[in-house]
Amino acid sequence: MSGVRRRPNFSTVMLILGLVFLYLPMAVLVVYSFNSSRLVTVWAGFSTQWYGALFQDQQILSAVWTSLKIAFFAASMAVCLGTVAAFVMTRFGRFRGKTALSSMVTAPLVMPEVITGLSLLLLFVQMAQLTGWPADRGVGTIWIAHTTFCSAYVAIVVAARLRELDSSIEEAAMDLGSPPLKTFFFITLPIIAPALAAGWLLAFTLSLDDLVIASFVSGPGANTLPMVVFSSVRMGVSPKINALATLIILTVSLVTFLAWYLMRRSEAKRQIN
Amino acid sequence: MMPSQLTALFKRLQLGRRAVIALPLVWLLLFFLLPFALVLKISLSEGVVAIPPYGPLLEYTNQTLHIFLNVGNYLFLLSDSLYAAAYWGSVKTAFISTAACLLIGYPMAYAMARAPARWQLLLLLLVMLPSWTSFLIRVYAWMGILSNSGLINNLLIGLGLIDTPLRMMNTQLAVVIGIVYAYLPFMVLPLYAHLTRLDNSLLEAASDLGSRKLNTFIKVTLPLSMGGIIAGSMLVFIPAVGEFVIPELLGGPDTLMIGKVLWEEFFLNRDWPVASALAMVMLLLLLIPIVWFHRYQSRGLEE
Repeated sequence: MSGVRRRPNFSTVMLILGLVFLYLPMAVLVVYSFNSSRLVTVWAGFSTQWYGALFQDQQILSAVWTSLKIAFFAASMAVCLGTVAAFVMTRFGRFRGKTALSSMVTAPLVMPEVITGLSLLLLFVQMAQLTGWPADRGVGTIWIAHTTFCSAYVAIVVAARLRELDSSIEEAAMDLGSPPLKTFFFITLPIIAPALAAGWLLAFTLSLDDLVIASFVSGPGANTLPMVVFSSVRMGVSPKINALATLIILTVSLVTFLAWYLMRRSEAKRQIN
Repeated sequence: MMPSQLTALFKRLQLGRRAVIALPLVWLLLFFLLPFALVLKISLSEGVVAIPPYGPLLEYTNQTLHIFLNVGNYLFLLSDSLYAAAYWGSVKTAFISTAACLLIGYPMAYAMARAPARWQLLLLLLVMLPSWTSFLIRVYAWMGILSNSGLINNLLIGLGLIDTPLRMMNTQLAVVIGIVYAYLPFMVLPLYAHLTRLDNSLLEAASDLGSRKLNTFIKVTLPLSMGGIIAGSMLVFIPAVGEFVIPELLGGPDTLMIGKVLWEEFFLNRDWPVASALAMVMLLLLLIPIVWFHRYQSRGLEE
């Protein structure tokens, strides 16, 4: 009956407006990346020349490579550390230092980046004075800094999954004589694998995205992508950066869509079973 | 098994357990906690023209140990009203932005939690997706929208509504818009997590007993989602206080925020002791919000 159509309620309208607010600025970036004019805000016709210019820019290309390397290794190390931290916090009962550990795991989530960056730089400077390591700052020091804050995020994601997981399966394995380490690798790890993958992806994007901490702990010669983008953006709007933004948005959207598709399929399978 | 073998095994297990606990604990102590002690130390040293640009705290000369504790950096922060204004500006901007995020984010999270189950995952991914792209680029997007020759001004002039462009870039408003835009997903996520766990039968019970919708919302839904409100607000407020990128790109010369001042003291003036003192005061200021956030977060973490 068309006469009694429900009036759209306030929260649904806000959700739609909120999503428009979130996506409109990104849509503008994408549209203007195909603008042939150097002036970003004046439309002068369709062109893909800025993508060409982007792939000619050696500085940006080498920064992309540096960032990907750091993000890959930081995310991998963060998954190891974060998973161990999550396991210790959810499965080990009480032990000395538990409060300290859980505080240090949640604090990096909200710590202002300028404080984290400054404090880590001071650490590296003093360590270099006392021990001679790290002799020069760069990819290695950024890797340590990123691993530290990323492992906090991984720990939160994995701990959430471990709490949901029924520990009776692990207990059953141990009752049947499986040693703790074997139980962890053959029972726990396969079950929490999707959470590890989610944690790895989150850590990877966080590391790729970080400007402030990397600026503090980096040395001459090691420029990550956000550092190069920032120094260019400071000068004003640039169409090359729009092209880069479009590629980033496209990649993230594709990965998210794939994740959504996989999650939906496994959900459907579970319902059939 | 012999009893001695059993005890040996037990000991080995304990040792293994300790090693597993030690791995994340030592890493975080070394790379998270120790650095803060060093910031405190440098904030009490004297700035010198050297590499690194600060003086020693301890010196051993003529068989006497000299300890230099210089509170001058902290007194300097008090003497110049610029710093107090920057702290105040940061807290004010962060507070306004957090309130705006909550007002926009709460109805969004509420609608998501009420949406049909098959829609919820998609909506959640849609809200989170922007935060997985680049923070820097999302702030940059607003430069093209707000500037004098930007999208909004072009549109308004084109429609004949205004003659001269509105000044929106490099203002306080631009900074607030930037923070709300960048941090909105972090407000929605914990709110949604709390609202989706809300037991529907409670709402039905309230309605059966004759409670009006608004009354039910204020007396049942709102209190039960308080954990999400606090977690979301802290996830926005605390990083926003120390924000550097947004005031640098969208703010103007009159936008005083402490993250930007700290950055300039460190990178432009190369005054590491003053930058450290600024960081210590900021940390002190944020201690209560951080502890508050931690208490809500750790309730879920420790069983």
